[in-house]
Amino acid sequence: MSQVSEMTDEPNIIAFCCHYCAFTAADLAGTMRQQYAPNIRIVRLPCTGKVDVNLILRAFVEGAEGVMVAGCEIGSCHFIDGNVRARKRVAHAKTLIQEAGLDPERLEMFHIAASQGPLFARTANEFTERIKGLNAKEKASAKSQGEVCAV
Amino acid sequence: MIVAERKPLEELYAHAKKHKKVLFLGCGTCVTVCMAGGEKEVGILASQMEIAARERGDDIAVTEHTITRQCDSEFFDEATARKVEEADAIISLGCGVGVQFCAERFPDKPVYPGLNTKFYGATLEQGVWAERCAGCGECVLDKFGGVCPVARCSKSLLNGPCGGSSEGRCEVDPDNVECAWQLIHDRMEKLGRLDELEENQPMKDWSTSRDGGPRKVTREDVRL
Amino acid sequence: MSETAAVIEPKEKSGSRLERILNSGQFAVTGELGPPKSADVEIIKTKAGYLKGIVDAVNITDNQTAIVRMSSIAAGLLAMQHGLEPVIQITCRDRNRLAMQSDLLGAYALGIRNVLCLSGDHQRFGNHPTAKNVYDIDSIQLLSMVRKMRDEKQFACGDEIRNTKKSPIVEPRMFIGAAANPFGDPFAFRVVRLAKKVKAGADFIQTQCIYDMDRFKRWMEGVRNRGLHEQVYILAGITPLKSVKMAEYMRDAVAGLIVPDDLIKRLQSAKDAKEEGEKIAVEQINEVREMPGVSGVHIMAIEAEQSVPGLLEKAGLLPRPTL
Repeated sequence: MSQVSEMTDEPNIIAFCCHYCAFTAADLAGTMRQQYAPNIRIVRLPCTGKVDVNLILRAFVEGAEGVMVAGCEIGSCHFIDGNVRARKRVAHAKTLIQEAGLDPERLEMFHIAASQGPLFARTANEFTERIKGLNAKEKASAKSQGEVCAV
Repeated sequence: MIVAERKPLEELYAHAKKHKKVLFLGCGTCVTVCMAGGEKEVGILASQMEIAARERGDDIAVTEHTITRQCDSEFFDEATARKVEEADAIISLGCGVGVQFCAERFPDKPVYPGLNTKFYGATLEQGVWAERCAGCGECVLDKFGGVCPVARCSKSLLNGPCGGSSEGRCEVDPDNVECAWQLIHDRMEKLGRLDELEENQPMKDWSTSRDGGPRKVTREDVRL
Repeated sequence: MSETAAVIEPKEKSGSRLERILNSGQFAVTGELGPPKSADVEIIKTKAGYLKGIVDAVNITDNQTAIVRMSSIAAGLLAMQHGLEPVIQITCRDRNRLAMQSDLLGAYALGIRNVLCLSGDHQRFGNHPTAKNVYDIDSIQLLSMVRKMRDEKQFACGDEIRNTKKSPIVEPRMFIGAAANPFGDPFAFRVVRLAKKVKAGADFIQTQCIYDMDRFKRWMEGVRNRGLHEQVYILAGITPLKSVKMAEYMRDAVAGLIVPDDLIKRLQSAKDAKEEGEKIAVEQINEVREMPGVSGVHIMAIEAEQSVPGLLEKAGLLPRPTL
């Protein structure tokens, strides 16, 4: 269960975006004036294939409440199958964060084409809502137990 | 190489919780190849520990260090000794040999195993490692076309196959295990040596394997 | 009566009834009795009751399918007390060579004269999958060991089987059996493996239960081509099918067992599957009796010992000959 006092209404979210697709879509969203949640911090990578498991874990260690990994659609990866590898690593990282006590829903892989500005904005907003929901659920659960749980 | 798998986090957390500062010590040889206890895996485990400790409100400081091999004392150098000194306990991500060597080297520190050591095996493909050798102490691979019946036959038959060999799979675990004797048969057939399998292999002398007691190899000619 | 295997040797190896029947050239019948999963002796009495006088000898299984049951030797002795001749079984899974030789001395001392040597099902199949498995020796090495005790009067290590240098040699003289599976893979090697078992010391063979008669015929052909039928007595394994479910189970869950589709169809379209299954078994018995090189049948009526008398009656194998 998260440290209740550290949860904010605007959750800390990191989005690892590949340069060729997702980052371009994010850029496009901005150009199109498609509003998306301001709490999302984008980290641009050449490819989601650059994301390794510990990069995701470090994000959570450093305080991220949600991590998005956004890459090209399957079959369109500039580096052929970087996004396929990323999918597997995200799936594995979900089990690792769950083992450590975090809800695996706090991590997700998305596929967004370069032209899909509106999709990026929508995805970012939906993910933010998801994290807010998880935070609220955990806060309520902590309250009802009266204290922060220890193992 | 020696193939191992990382222990579940719960088990390791229970050990770490008993101490204030824990050093996660990785090994750069076998367990790096099988992606269980190398520098990368140490990093992942350390991150998981930090997250878990934060979630549970526990106070555990985590440090990381990886050496070339934990089965040779020369790699437990000054830098390693200092890191060990600073920690209250070590979780060694070496194989069972490494964990013990580490404990022998630092007898005053609690040393816990981070891995479950499994077998001597080979990389079939990235992410898949399979058992090949049982360390029986008397290699008979020449008789079986290079396929070991001791390690790869579920019943270690020297005069196999048993009645449970079906479509080249072992009845004990058909999804994962090939029938070693089917492999031996096919290999010997290819080598034109099938007639050799008609010979009845006598009982194995197991005294050279672990059955005979813990083993040691000494080379007087190279001792200093 | 078909032409059975030529008599092996006039000199007796064990003097068991099974050996004598086979030596006399008569078609032999063996059955099977699974010891209880408890210390209940009544169960053995009941099962023995069905089989007494109906079969020439009865296999007493050894922790079959790696499920703990009363020991083969103990149950064998109890079966003897109820008038049966036991064939005790030894698997390589649970005992090392010391325990096996020790058991053989004990079994012989208790009057047991037939032993079947098996590799044994891996403990993964049974109720103690976490046990350490033994497999010190395999079934072929076991056959050699039992024969060495009988014919060379020596233990596996070479010591004479005598208590002290002055004591008499008292070796266990067993009639030695082995199993054969014509339905496992690789098919071509199955006959070779039989040859290995014969060379190692098998006196008689019991095969895995037959449903694929064609494959069995092909195997027998290979056996005869090597002249093995003249060196060992072969008993064809027969298990009557009780239901479609049983047939499907044997097809899907037992490795190295083949159940042809037309057999299953026959059971499905029959009015009474159990009756049809018995009919099939009788047909199979009649068919193998006609095959040169087959010296008998081994009836494995798993947990259905009470059905054996009826089956053998219909197959014309009763009464059993007197010696």
